[in-house]
Amino acid sequence: MASLLHQIQHHSVTIASSLPLDSGQSLPSVTIAYQSYGALNAEKSNGVLICHALTGDQYVASDHPATGKPGWWARMVGPGKPIDTDRFHVICANVLGSCMGSSGPATPDAATGVPLGMAFPVITIADMVRAQAMLLDHLGISRLHAVVGGSMGGMQALAWAAAYPDRLASALVIASAARHSAQNIAFHEVGRQAIMADPDWQDGQYYGSARAPTKGLAVARMAAHITYLSEEGLTEKFGRRLQARDIKSFGFDADFQVESYLRHQGLAFTDRFDANAYLYITRAMDYFDLADPHDGRLSGAFSAAGDVRFTLVSFDTDWLYPTAESRRIVQALQSVGASASFVELSAPFGHDSFLLDVPALDRIVAGALGGGF
Amino acid sequence: MALRPDLAIIAAAVPTGSRVLDVGCGDGELMAALRDQGVDARGLEIDPANVTAAIARGQSVVQGDANRDLADYPDDAFDYAILSQTLQTTERPDRVVDELLRIAPRAFVSFPNFAHWRIRLALLWGGRMPVTRLLPVAWYETPNIHHVTVSDFRDLLRAKGIGVEAAWYLSGDKPTSAAAATWRAEHAIFLIGRG
Repeated sequence: MASLLHQIQHHSVTIASSLPLDSGQSLPSVTIAYQSYGALNAEKSNGVLICHALTGDQYVASDHPATGKPGWWARMVGPGKPIDTDRFHVICANVLGSCMGSSGPATPDAATGVPLGMAFPVITIADMVRAQAMLLDHLGISRLHAVVGGSMGGMQALAWAAAYPDRLASALVIASAARHSAQNIAFHEVGRQAIMADPDWQDGQYYGSARAPTKGLAVARMAAHITYLSEEGLTEKFGRRLQARDIKSFGFDADFQVESYLRHQGLAFTDRFDANAYLYITRAMDYFDLADPHDGRLSGAFSAAGDVRFTLVSFDTDWLYPTAESRRIVQALQSVGASASFVELSAPFGHDSFLLDVPALDRIVAGALGGGF
Repeated sequence: MALRPDLAIIAAAVPTGSRVLDVGCGDGELMAALRDQGVDARGLEIDPANVTAAIARGQSVVQGDANRDLADYPDDAFDYAILSQTLQTTERPDRVVDELLRIAPRAFVSFPNFAHWRIRLALLWGGRMPVTRLLPVAWYETPNIHHVTVSDFRDLLRAKGIGVEAAWYLSGDKPTSAAAATWRAEHAIFLIGRG
């Protein structure tokens, strides 16, 4: 499946300047695949950068080229929608390290033409943001009206404010955190180990072979998917109901609906995502801790971001990035005098609430983008 | 839409260009008026529906509890703190007043006066906790857990060495005098400053 995935043509730009990475390594050039919606105004001041989550992509409001499904935030982005493309020029770029056209482990080595695999350097959230800034330089956009993201996208929005406080007027951070907790890292490690334990992974050099670690990747997705839902949501959706049978099989088929659902989710994921990209991006998230370069003081990350308007939203059923993590960010922002808004919304969908039908979120996004524009 | 009279008094007294924290800002009604007059107004509000409404209006509001979350603001973060109609709902009003004057050198504090003559009469003749226009909820479900009178509040300020820079007293929506406030004011607004 991964081979089909890499045959998709994406709209992209290759920037021929070196991208220095947090690891100390650098990429000699960087390719960034992106989508844009709505017209850029003459002053180039209405740009809104949307940052996608771990397994998201640049197809925020257009059909996915592999699955044909609508864009992952089509409910939020479009003409007359909360992120209104009649007013804003919306840009969404595939993150560095991913598999939808931007530089990543499937990128061929310049000299040999062989996909880099594990020779691709380990990247960080800050590296992703650096690559996005290079894209904006290329597009001639010096300052954004807003950077918006949920989950890992929110981490990028925070990293934007930390690295380029003069280049954004506002940051909208939804269901996110300024660091990965031990529990976050632990779940990611389960996923990575599932991929690397799959014999078809072949130390990451599976691209040319007929085999790809789809089983490992599917298990990784199954484990992660549980963390995106709430217990209440799972119980409501599946309970202990059996799948297409009246009695237990006393075997290891997917007896329960929840098993069948997870198996389907895992398998479907392998049609649209690359296992190595999953390793690299989960690693980037695990390394994320905005306070780390500031002796553990998160406010240090925002010391120059006093003029950025921040809006943070958490969900009461999100146990992956719980409200306390958003509150911690708000406290740091208040201590540097930045304008911070925060609300915990009630929604039954767990972490995934940011992608789903939560009308209050729509109003908040519209308000956060509308103020002062 | 016209501001509530007590909010209009506060809005008129806040100078353009100042930084303000509205504690218990509701859906941002006062903040909207302050913003229109060039004030950098931010809010703290406990009810998520109100916070959502205020953010949807483009306001800067944090969901939080005045009993606990004022501690997150640094000293002198604002020029003015505003606590309107909320003091009597806090767990420790004295500590909240201290926090207000830590994060700003001046604070507006408004509250319904529990010694208004109608309340006195209701208690005297009815022998039951009064339910009034400004205190409309029965004793067992009222959020107003620390009823306070104009005299009580003056005593608290004196004990803490906090100065009163201005005070307004409302009977209905009309001003009434400081001398008669203790029994005629339904509602009092104090502008207080560090002693």
